[in-house]
Amino acid sequence: MVQSEPARPDESSGSPLLRVERVTKTFPGVVALQDVSLEVYPGEVLGLVGENGAGKSTLMKILSGVYQPDSGEIVLDGKPVTLHSPRQAQDLGIAIIYQEFNLMPNLSVEENVFVGREPNTGKVVRWRQLRKQTEDLLDQLGVRLNPGAIVRSLSVAEQQMVEIAKALSLNARLVIMDEPTSALTDTEVAALFDIIRGLKARGLAVIYISHRLEEIFTICDRVTVLRDGQLAGELPVAEATPDRIVRLMVGRPLMDLFRPEQAERRLEILAERSPEPVLEVRGLGRTGTGQDPSAIVLEDVSFSVRPGEIVGLAGLVGSGRTEIARAIFGADEYDRGEILVDGQPTRIRSPREAIRLGIGLVPEDRKLQALVLSLAIRENMALSLLDRLSRFGVVRLGAERALARRMVDALRVRTPSIEQKVLNLSGGNQQKVVIAKWLALHPKILIMDEPTRGIDIGAKAEVHGLMHQLAADGVAILMISSELPEIIHMSDRILVMRQGRIAGELGHAEATQETVMALATGVSASTVAAA
Amino acid sequence: MATETGAVPGTAALERPRRRIDPIELLGRFAPILFLIVLAVIFTSQQPAFASEQNFWFLLRQNFVYGILAVGMTFVILTGGIDLSVGSVLAFAGLVAAAVAKGSNWRDVGNPDAGGTAVLMAALAATAVGAGAGLIHGFAVAKLKVPAFVVTLGGLAAWRGAAQVMSQGQPINRFSDDYRFWGSGFIGPAPVPVVIFAAFVLLGFLVLRFTTYGRSIYAVGGNPEAARLSGLNTTGLIMSVYVISGFCAGLCGFLLTARLGAAEVVAGQGYELIVIAAVVIGGTSLFGGEGSILGTLVGTLLIGVLYSGLAINNVNPYFQPIIIGVIVVLSVYLDQLAKRRRRA
Repeated sequence: MVQSEPARPDESSGSPLLRVERVTKTFPGVVALQDVSLEVYPGEVLGLVGENGAGKSTLMKILSGVYQPDSGEIVLDGKPVTLHSPRQAQDLGIAIIYQEFNLMPNLSVEENVFVGREPNTGKVVRWRQLRKQTEDLLDQLGVRLNPGAIVRSLSVAEQQMVEIAKALSLNARLVIMDEPTSALTDTEVAALFDIIRGLKARGLAVIYISHRLEEIFTICDRVTVLRDGQLAGELPVAEATPDRIVRLMVGRPLMDLFRPEQAERRLEILAERSPEPVLEVRGLGRTGTGQDPSAIVLEDVSFSVRPGEIVGLAGLVGSGRTEIARAIFGADEYDRGEILVDGQPTRIRSPREAIRLGIGLVPEDRKLQALVLSLAIRENMALSLLDRLSRFGVVRLGAERALARRMVDALRVRTPSIEQKVLNLSGGNQQKVVIAKWLALHPKILIMDEPTRGIDIGAKAEVHGLMHQLAADGVAILMISSELPEIIHMSDRILVMRQGRIAGELGHAEATQETVMALATGVSASTVAAA
Repeated sequence: MATETGAVPGTAALERPRRRIDPIELLGRFAPILFLIVLAVIFTSQQPAFASEQNFWFLLRQNFVYGILAVGMTFVILTGGIDLSVGSVLAFAGLVAAAVAKGSNWRDVGNPDAGGTAVLMAALAATAVGAGAGLIHGFAVAKLKVPAFVVTLGGLAAWRGAAQVMSQGQPINRFSDDYRFWGSGFIGPAPVPVVIFAAFVLLGFLVLRFTTYGRSIYAVGGNPEAARLSGLNTTGLIMSVYVISGFCAGLCGFLLTARLGAAEVVAGQGYELIVIAAVVIGGTSLFGGEGSILGTLVGTLLIGVLYSGLAINNVNPYFQPIIIGVIVVLSVYLDQLAKRRRRA
């Protein structure tokens, strides 16, 4: 066990706003939290990190009054408090911003911010005052948002601002944010950080939960690490290094996450053999979305991927990356252009046809697009190759079980049994099930859309290892990622998209965060570097 | 595997609690069958004849229509859909079966059907009409993307109307013994329609449990987008379940006319609710993806036993719908309670 370090920021030598003291929480058969203590000071951002299952969400639910601890104390302003319900936590000034927002999509911003607490005369809402108060709040946050806008029409980032405004309106003193940036673009993340700094300046305390270590270093003052339900360590960010935090998280040093030498070795092999491309896209175009029939979704997209190559597809959210993936896979239609597989022009009309051609897709959102949560691991893994695992339409259960066992072993899916429902797995293990489903098909081309989103650092390294392995076996991989370090280190080449077009291509050697962002945003690299 | 990132000891235990026996979960899962047994015991203690072999067959013959319809309905509900049209399709298909059996003089009350192959033609016609109706519903749901509730609500009205137009208010009766055999005959001790009911339950069970088709139904119901991106033909699958449900309704139309000796416009009225209740009581989720034919069988028997037991106790039959309504809500509540436990 790593000793927890006596770390205390000098400037906040005052008393902590919140102290969690030796809190233990067990569920039937599991100790979710054991003797965990932490404290947060006013005007401080405390990072909370840990692998999936380390106890972060349990702790958060205790602080928000959803769960009650079995033992231990929560001390707010020096007074022990018992949090019986979310309502009570809210009244005490603790606000939580969940990954999935608790907003009412059909109501306006102002209605959402003050829901249930609208300024009123008797039963009648005083709309003008509501508007004024909302505007004031948004001003304080420095957010430009129309208080009358319907929440459904807002972007994820804007909806998050509404949640924060709501927290402020409740006079929150402690704001807990759970993976707040998982669906944000880099610019939006920067805006969010400005707001967090503002909250800090006003003396609020923030607990910031994130998988992205670089964010912890940017915004947090101290970081607390949980592992297996216990406190693994606590240290000021100024003294921390990514390596040190990772070691606390996983309990051992982790090999270089991205293993750049793998990519370099691959490049040499590719240069040597120069294989023919297995996938070629020529002049792909699509016009019209559900909202806007004249919007250009994709325009003149051309590229190719060779066997054994990992090609990265970078760009801002909405730049057309996912749309390309879905078009190649037959999940969406395209209007113009041509797709060639093994040099043969093909028209892929459905995922079924794509699979027949040897194309696999690990989609963006595993829960919504890739897994049937109510089915077992075995059934999920077999889903895309039922034809091969059956005789006369009857599933060969023996073969299916053997396949599932082999995959669970090969990918180290942590589960007691292949009959476990996928619902009960952690994010990283779920993602492995998705990948296993495609590996079992032996695809020639594997498209991976955000393959490591929302999974913990250990699982992420394993997924990266798998990708290297697949490429070494001659699979052509097209990888989409919003995480720049990931895409830069994993890819042999990077195609950067901007507004539905390929804005440029970068080789492994020339790709840096600055060059990729410059192409993605259309501003020059030096400007990006300066910003 | 290139990277070395062995399991963190203890993580597995933290993420996945060991399976324990939770009384509420068990109660939720086995509530229908427990309730069925309790009811049977109560009614037997009141009236020993309730447990007789005679009553056993009688009970099944009373409920075979619900049972067969419920098998088809289970497929539909597993995909997350619903079929409100079964009662109306049943009535229309029953009239078609009767008309086909009696040939060109089908309006002539004094003219019995020819028996033999005419009966076979009648059965084929009824199932074809049922499957055809289902195909229309399935097309509207899967291709035109009209909600299943709306499509089959339309079907509920339209097929009843078709039956009215066809019959012009007159029932069709007088059938040959060959025809009546399918509703009233026996194979050994078992009534013919009960044998057919049993065959449907068995077939439905095998298909859902062991075939790729069955697996695909669960996948489409559990997550249609994931199913599509896994290469399943989701449109075809969704269409197919309405065809199955329609086929069952068509067959029941034929069997019911053979049982009652008359094809009537009002046949099967309100059956959709009892059938949906049976499926839901049996634990099939209305959201799709979870459920089983065995559950549906238990649900059907539960409703059958309840009806018959209430009749034995001379309970005013008007109370029956009230009791069914309460049981449906209660069983879904228990089921959800159990699921929440399992997921917590």
